[in-house]
Amino acid sequence: MIIRTPKMNRRSFVIGSAAVGTGLALGLKVPLGATVVRAQDGSPEITAWVVIRPDDTVVIRIARSEMGQGTLTGLAQMVAEELECNWSKVRTEYPTPGQSVKRKRAWGDFSTGGSRGIRDSHQYVREGGATARTMLIQAAADAWKVPAGECSAANSVITHQPSGRRTTYGKVAEAAAKLTPPAKVALKDPKDWKLIGKSVKRLDTMDKLTGAQVYGFDLKLPGMLNAAIKDCPVFGGKVKSFEAAKVQGMPGVRHVLPVGDSAVAVVADTWWEAKTALDALPIAWDEGPNAKVSSATIADMLKEGLDADQAFVANQNGDVKAAIAGAAKKVEAVYAYPFQNHAPMEPMNATARYTPDRCEVWVPTQNGEAAFAATLAASGLPADKCEVYKINLGGGFGRRGAFHDYVTQAVLIAKQVPGVPVKLLWTREEDMLHGRYHPVMQCKLVGAFDAGNNLTGLHMRLSGQSILSVVRPEALQQGKDPLVFQGLNPGGDFGIGYSVPNLLIDHAMRNTHVPPGFWRGVNINQNAIFLECFLDELAHAAGQDPLEFRRKLMGKHPKHLAVLNAVADRAGWGKPAPQGVYRGLAQMMSFASYVAACAEISVKDGNKVKIHRIVAATDTGYAVNPAQIERQVAGSFVYGLSALFMEECTVKDGHIEQTNFHEYDSMRIAQMPKVEAIVMPSGGFWGGVGEPTICVAAPAVLNAFFAATGKRIRTVPLKNHGITLV
Amino acid sequence: MARLTINGRTLDVKVNPNTPLLWAIREQVGLTGTKYGCGVALCGACTVHIDGAAVRSCTLPVAAAEGKKITTIEGLASGGALHKVQKAWLEHEVPQCGYCQAGMIMAVAALLRDKPKPSDADIDARITNICRCGTFQQVREAIHAAARA
Repeated sequence: MIIRTPKMNRRSFVIGSAAVGTGLALGLKVPLGATVVRAQDGSPEITAWVVIRPDDTVVIRIARSEMGQGTLTGLAQMVAEELECNWSKVRTEYPTPGQSVKRKRAWGDFSTGGSRGIRDSHQYVREGGATARTMLIQAAADAWKVPAGECSAANSVITHQPSGRRTTYGKVAEAAAKLTPPAKVALKDPKDWKLIGKSVKRLDTMDKLTGAQVYGFDLKLPGMLNAAIKDCPVFGGKVKSFEAAKVQGMPGVRHVLPVGDSAVAVVADTWWEAKTALDALPIAWDEGPNAKVSSATIADMLKEGLDADQAFVANQNGDVKAAIAGAAKKVEAVYAYPFQNHAPMEPMNATARYTPDRCEVWVPTQNGEAAFAATLAASGLPADKCEVYKINLGGGFGRRGAFHDYVTQAVLIAKQVPGVPVKLLWTREEDMLHGRYHPVMQCKLVGAFDAGNNLTGLHMRLSGQSILSVVRPEALQQGKDPLVFQGLNPGGDFGIGYSVPNLLIDHAMRNTHVPPGFWRGVNINQNAIFLECFLDELAHAAGQDPLEFRRKLMGKHPKHLAVLNAVADRAGWGKPAPQGVYRGLAQMMSFASYVAACAEISVKDGNKVKIHRIVAATDTGYAVNPAQIERQVAGSFVYGLSALFMEECTVKDGHIEQTNFHEYDSMRIAQMPKVEAIVMPSGGFWGGVGEPTICVAAPAVLNAFFAATGKRIRTVPLKNHGITLV
Repeated sequence: MARLTINGRTLDVKVNPNTPLLWAIREQVGLTGTKYGCGVALCGACTVHIDGAAVRSCTLPVAAAEGKKITTIEGLASGGALHKVQKAWLEHEVPQCGYCQAGMIMAVAALLRDKPKPSDADIDARITNICRCGTFQQVREAIHAAARA
């Protein structure tokens, strides 16, 4: 996702201590000793990742954001593995983006998306732990005047083997912090891991059970006011006028303010008062030319792209046109996938306090650095006058990573009431109307068979939105958006699992005024439906079993095949299913992990679908916390199946029509299938977890639906076909 | 002004009587464990107990809760001991982001009060809260575990 490294103001500065609650900010002080950096409570930092308190508490810094996916616990496990500390005394803490700027990104990338929390930082966080361990052992050895090589550490205790002398991390931390870190440290062999690979309990559960956990929505600051906002419902539109006088006398109302050129906010003593006044505020919009756009006009534009001459090619071998022209049998289908909203349970929000000398923002964000960049831009202040404090997220799913429109709004409001902290909360309706939507896409697929029913050619033409062209145009490759092809590439983290003699996968980019965003799984969600359902169509056309048909194309893709075989074996593919139960398969490679699913469903009255069980296999290479992986698999299916059955954002007169969960529904517990997760790490690589599995649930269910009914459903969501999940 | 009894404490709250109970609890009383998710009683994040029954507080005027016994997530544990639902939630590691869990736990606690040993069908009928992280598999396991406790 987007990374903007803010320009550093070279003047030195002291980072303030604006912690709210505990652990939200560590508030570094100016170093007291020669090179010792201290946490706010004065405890010494051994490395950027590790602070040790005198009572042996170990504070591990986490740069990525915890939003439910468990990365906080997983990353702490990785540091602790190398540190050899007492796991029961581990605490965690978020460094702030301002501190990151000051310390030249000592904690690396803050971005928490693309299932990259662990797979992109495993090396340096483990080195941070190993370096600290080395320094702690050296400090003990120095005190004992013995060679460090005679000492070892386990469970935060250092032992001098020949003499049996022992000390603890807390006792030598001060001395260790003064040592020069070793230039290079060796990491453990995976076979020696004690914490990585173990299903230790999450570190962050208790406060979520008692109401104690503070989310962005819950923040309280002294003297704080509350803001409600309405942005122009049509993307690209503006505020024409608003009649502040009509609401200025309402209870609690302090200010009625323009926010940029497209939004209006009411600031009041309480948020409910602000929202009540905003609802009563007459606002006239200049909706602009986009007010003519509808779902139908967008669909027409995408449809044209399905046969357009120009397209960006991502995967090509052989001569697909010749193969199709010379085919003994040809199969063709068109699929479509809609706009979808992230709809995290906690709507967007941010709190800002601005003075001409300092701007501070408290925000639930997947990327503290991007939130910081938005703060700088909106405040107009340099990096040394800004700070961002990350707060717990009530869900992210991609909405809170690359986009910080709510931060921009909060700062623009705060600038108009200097010195006063203002908490901006969106309503659910505002959240529905101002998302960064899952990109809309259509796909035309053509398969060619020879006379022996062998697949000789496959052309997959995508037509639709590019996220990068809007969000990060500098990442386009000669105009091509590589993200569009997730799961369809010749190799890499998103490699296709099939070999076809003549293959062409290309993309006709067709962008709309509806802003696209990274939505959990991103483009692989629709690509998995297109590819895996069409492969089922091809198998059926060839009169072959869907599993056997796939296997014949997967000889060069053993890891893809292994997860597919695992779900087929566990589900009992090829053996009779219970009466009335039908099975469907899917597999993909996603975010460097291999995933597969076998769904078992029954269908009543032709349209009431009950999903009895989904067997899901995932090979993440190394599996840091298998219990949390299982939870991510099951949880991702709720997100993916809600999307399949229920979720579509339609466009009318330029705006999104759905306003709340009655029009944009989400699965409930009654609809939840039994999910049997097979975590099968094969070693040697680091695959992602939070997103990969989501993509296989929908095609597995659609393929099972065909097995049950003989009907192919090629457009999402299924509610548009009168099909419900029961 | 409204007189509310929340978690065993009675307080006079300066608030418009039409204000939803949710916002009086969050903003006037200052208990933020009860969450806003949709504002129209669809998602259940705002679930509290009123005289022991699960109620979605985002659409209930504060005036309608006067004279009744209101319990929020902060008042579910008693005497420093977690409620059996909270204990089961801890043991089964139910929460992911956790935002919906206060409402989920309150709904489940009310269910177990009415049906100490709920069947899966009872759970399906009574627990209709939305969880976008998708914790339902653990929710169901933990409900059965709490019922056994």
